[in-house]
Amino acid sequence: MEKIGRFGEFGGQYVPETVMNAVSELLEAYEHYKNDPVFIQELHDLYRNYAFRPSLLYYADKMTKDLGGAKIYIKREDLNHTGSHKINNALGQVLLAKHMGKKRVIAETGAGQHGVATATVCAYFDLECEVYMGREDMERQALNVYRMELLGAKVTGVDSGTATLKDAINEAMRDWATNIETTFYCIGSVMGPHPYPTMVRDFQKIIGEEAKKQIMEAEGKLPDCVVACVGGGSNAMGIFYDFIPDTSVRLVGAEAAGRGIDTPDHAATISKGDLGIFHGMKSIFLQNDEGQIAPVFSISAGLDYPGIGPEHAWLHSTGRADYVAITDEEAVQAFEYLSKVEGIIPAVESAHAVAAARKIAPTMRPDQIMIINLSGRGDKDVQQIARYRGVNING
Amino acid sequence: MANRIDEKFAELKAQNKKALITYIVAGDGGYELTEKAVLAMEQAGVDIIEIGVPFSDPIAEGGTIQMASQRALQRGTTLKGVFEMVARLREKTNIPLLLMLYANTIFRSPDFFDKCKEVGIDGVIVPDLPFEEHDEFKASADANGIYNISLVTPVSHDRIKKIAKVAQGFLYCVSSVGVTGVRDKFSTDFDKFFGEIAESAKIPYCVGFGIRDGETAHKISRHCNGVIVGSAIVNKVAEFGQDAVPEITKICRELRAGLDS
Repeated sequence: MEKIGRFGEFGGQYVPETVMNAVSELLEAYEHYKNDPVFIQELHDLYRNYAFRPSLLYYADKMTKDLGGAKIYIKREDLNHTGSHKINNALGQVLLAKHMGKKRVIAETGAGQHGVATATVCAYFDLECEVYMGREDMERQALNVYRMELLGAKVTGVDSGTATLKDAINEAMRDWATNIETTFYCIGSVMGPHPYPTMVRDFQKIIGEEAKKQIMEAEGKLPDCVVACVGGGSNAMGIFYDFIPDTSVRLVGAEAAGRGIDTPDHAATISKGDLGIFHGMKSIFLQNDEGQIAPVFSISAGLDYPGIGPEHAWLHSTGRADYVAITDEEAVQAFEYLSKVEGIIPAVESAHAVAAARKIAPTMRPDQIMIINLSGRGDKDVQQIARYRGVNING
Repeated sequence: MANRIDEKFAELKAQNKKALITYIVAGDGGYELTEKAVLAMEQAGVDIIEIGVPFSDPIAEGGTIQMASQRALQRGTTLKGVFEMVARLREKTNIPLLLMLYANTIFRSPDFFDKCKEVGIDGVIVPDLPFEEHDEFKASADANGIYNISLVTPVSHDRIKKIAKVAQGFLYCVSSVGVTGVRDKFSTDFDKFFGEIAESAKIPYCVGFGIRDGETAHKISRHCNGVIVGSAIVNKVAEFGQDAVPEITKICRELRAGLDS
């Protein structure tokens, strides 16, 4: 049988039969609309006029001087409408849902950024929206819960399992299986059954396409290194994709090491995971010897996931991209560093990329160029960082 | 070697009876309770038993089986322990036994199908292995004579034909969209659904998801060759714990009577 939707051995369509027809229908619709000039035009108008694209490629002069290595540019996805790269994918998928005649959109969310982006686009298109979120994440990201409700979405707490992102995905899949004929499942990362990993990457690849054009305008040459944080991996795939054929460009993903990869409390899938089948895909997962999915830990709700998108697993296996693990402490230091040095408060997820950049940039020459993908802004994280530092800001 | 599932359906056909298939989560309440329940179910007239191997993230299950899986895992249930339990059961019964489990459990166990053959498992049901990924484990399952039971649903439509072509043992027909669990009513147009199935199926077809008592079993059985009951059994373990066996016997007798009436 011909295998579709594979990146090497990774990917596939490991989902219950109940959702297979919907997966096939989605694949067919996506294959059609991705080449439809009207759809493409609509999406690009939304990118430009609603999401505020293209996002800036900002030269971080002070950080460059401070680190004393490569010239550092920051791709400012934090300046997008709703505050992260998640809007790119939400616009693409919800526009597709609209064209497919679906009336109801569901999503999972970890940090809340994908939930907010989906709720936003559903408000724009007048579609019913329900977002599944782990109970623990609802507590650490209470602000985003309120934002989603403000946007007209229903936020449903998930108490099962570890009450975080993977459990929210489980519950969204169960909802999808139950309401399969009316509902569009808007997955937030480059994961799940085919076509999601490919489709979400396609909706995010504009990040890398813009960055390449912008760096060519600014420097007249390709960057030497591109750094992005990786949970499921959508912002990283977004900025990596256009650079994959440019083999001189080193691609680095920063995953969450939590309290350290030698403790049980991390979410460092590539560093510590094994090949498995879960959430619709064959990829790398954190799991025990019998294949039970492991509980994960990270200060970042958005990176707190025991798996990684199949295309990343493939980039890792072929050696095209490198993956490094960044601890909570390193991420929090990078959060504070970028705030003080550049006046930019990064999302705690994106702070993992900044932390990786702080390690790599000083090892590079001043004539070399690094781009950091700043996937989101950090307003949502301020309270949690304060708590981490033992500062009470609630009065 | 003939598969016990085929032999059972041939026997039922000769007796003009419908199949009663039940499901229980291994290790929910401990292996010993599961063993007792399996033997009691056979005594109460059950024809085939599915043993659920608990998984951390059972995406196709409703609340009842999710919680049972969690209880079983908390008790330390492992695949190795399930195989040992099945080996003990095989000394006492010849009833067809299936394992219901998620793809990752098989994938992470390289000698899985050899072990199945060794302990006397007859088939597997893998809810997250659709037709598209059917050949993931096919070679090793076939080599050991273990059936991979295929599922069809009311939204499978034109997929039913190609699924029926590769199906072995019996076709597992999901009564309604959604996840496992007892239901108050079915919204599926059964005449249409089973019409589509009857056209394609060359093997027996049985209905599961939502069957809770003798009456629903009776009503639905006119469409098919048997019924599959899971959550209604698992509920008894949740409610009665170590005292669940007589309750399980009771509901199995009721289901049997419903099917035979």
